[in-house]
Amino acid sequence: MNGKRAELGVDLGFMRLKNPVITASGTFGYGEEYKDLVDLNRLGGIAVKGLSLEPKEGNPPPRIIETPCGMLNAIGLANPGLKAFIEKKVPFLETLDTNIIVNIYGHSLTEYGAVAAGLKGIDAIDALEVNISCPNVEQGGMAFGTDPDTSARVTEEVLEKSDKPVIVKLSPNVTDIRVIAKAVQKAGAHAVSLINTLTGMSIDIESGRPELFNLTGGLSGPAIRPVAVHMVYQVAQAVEIPVIGMGGIIEYRDALEFLIAGARAVQVGTANFVSPGVCAEIIEGMEEYLRVKDIPDINGIIGTVKSA
Amino acid sequence: MIEKDAGIVFNRKVAHATFLMGLNAPEIAGKAAPGQFVMLRVTKGIDPLLRRPFSISGVQGTDTLLILYRAVGRGTSIMSEKKEGESVSLLGPLGNGFDLEASKKKMILLAGGIGIAPLLFVAQRLEPASYRFMTGFRSKQEIIGADGTGIILNNNEISTDDGSFGRKGFVTDLLKGRIERDGPEGVCLFTCGPLLMLKNAVKIAAESRIPCQVSLEANMACGLGACQGCAVPASVAMNETYYHVCQDGPVFEMNQIDWDRI
Repeated sequence: MNGKRAELGVDLGFMRLKNPVITASGTFGYGEEYKDLVDLNRLGGIAVKGLSLEPKEGNPPPRIIETPCGMLNAIGLANPGLKAFIEKKVPFLETLDTNIIVNIYGHSLTEYGAVAAGLKGIDAIDALEVNISCPNVEQGGMAFGTDPDTSARVTEEVLEKSDKPVIVKLSPNVTDIRVIAKAVQKAGAHAVSLINTLTGMSIDIESGRPELFNLTGGLSGPAIRPVAVHMVYQVAQAVEIPVIGMGGIIEYRDALEFLIAGARAVQVGTANFVSPGVCAEIIEGMEEYLRVKDIPDINGIIGTVKSA
Repeated sequence: MIEKDAGIVFNRKVAHATFLMGLNAPEIAGKAAPGQFVMLRVTKGIDPLLRRPFSISGVQGTDTLLILYRAVGRGTSIMSEKKEGESVSLLGPLGNGFDLEASKKKMILLAGGIGIAPLLFVAQRLEPASYRFMTGFRSKQEIIGADGTGIILNNNEISTDDGSFGRKGFVTDLLKGRIERDGPEGVCLFTCGPLLMLKNAVKIAAESRIPCQVSLEANMACGLGACQGCAVPASVAMNETYYHVCQDGPVFEMNQIDWDRI
């Protein structure tokens, strides 16, 4: 390749990324928290912490506990709410030269729509990522994302109220994730991202109490990676829209696994907590992998998984 | 704040299951203030996965950061077996330390067990005549400071739960006795230790109208304000519902915290 650098840019159709590495929502704050430790403009994108219409204080502690090769969290989607986000967080995001994805959630269709509408016209925001794992208050608290119809309705509502491309973030806590992926594709989603955390529980055997105040939490970290790779593989076969893969990526090899499985880009989550510089290392590792393999373009490996 | 691999200068046992580690980290040692902490990672592997917060126990010379710790779990057990010349990964210094301006009065440093860690750094920065150390341990074998930490504790009153050394009882009994004897006037309290002990200390301080700063700990993943895991309930008087130990603390004024809900 005559020492020429491999192309890392990927095109999702609605958004071009300088490289396929995005920080996952809830693990990188609003970018600002990491500005002294990380060159934020090096990133392919930043998915900021989940945003709701009103401020949300989050769950009582304990909110996190480490589990084998992973962690359980029940933060409770703490965030400052739409108004404070626009006033206090957007000005910093506007200074960055990377793609900004705003993760949004609601407890009703109206709330999803209201957050999407509130973010209209903010140029610094390149896309919305819709968290459909929230309980549907109007329908008995079942998560929107566990049912294809409610998943589709949330997608339609956000698309109708927003002027941004819409990525739907899928929950793995379903019988067949492909059914949900197809439903949101049909509803008009521009992309899907997966997987959100797996529901889990950990109990202190001395006290007999769950380790988290919330009883259950979302499991993330390397422990869930094989599950995530499988689901990304399944969904990439089932839909035409781009798939963004995530779940336990801590180094470039893990990220490559997702790309080969069919993801067009990846998100890195829990690893940011452990090693703030991890995304830059993953980007460099990908470059080196392509150089050694003499592959000129990262797009050349996407979805190339062979049947055994 | 910076992230770096720091070489281990020494790592020695100073009491039962208790170790003092010296780390070559001039960039962190130079900036660190008493009460601040570092996020430390003992292995590059994925088990244990997350960093853990450790109070900074002091600075030796200009380059060496001191971490006093108890081996209680997998990570600290691996840490205790690390040898001189090996390294650990540090992220820090993090958080807000003690307000030493408040300490011009008659200072009491009240420590329960390994809660002595941040207070040793406070003592290092104070005039020896300006403070009194009160430390409580479960038993004689756990006492830190009496046995080769290299840190001299001035005016150190010691209690043990089982009476095997010093006064039998809790360290908060020492505090109560001191206030009853000398009165609360001009006294200022800095404290760190198990939650139950902190609650008792805060109760005594509130009743005696003594200003009190408390160093808290919480489960946390990042130490940077991103994970929001380390929430502690704010007192009703504050215009907040939760504080985050990593960014709002780890040192708080006692009246910032809702001690009934914590």
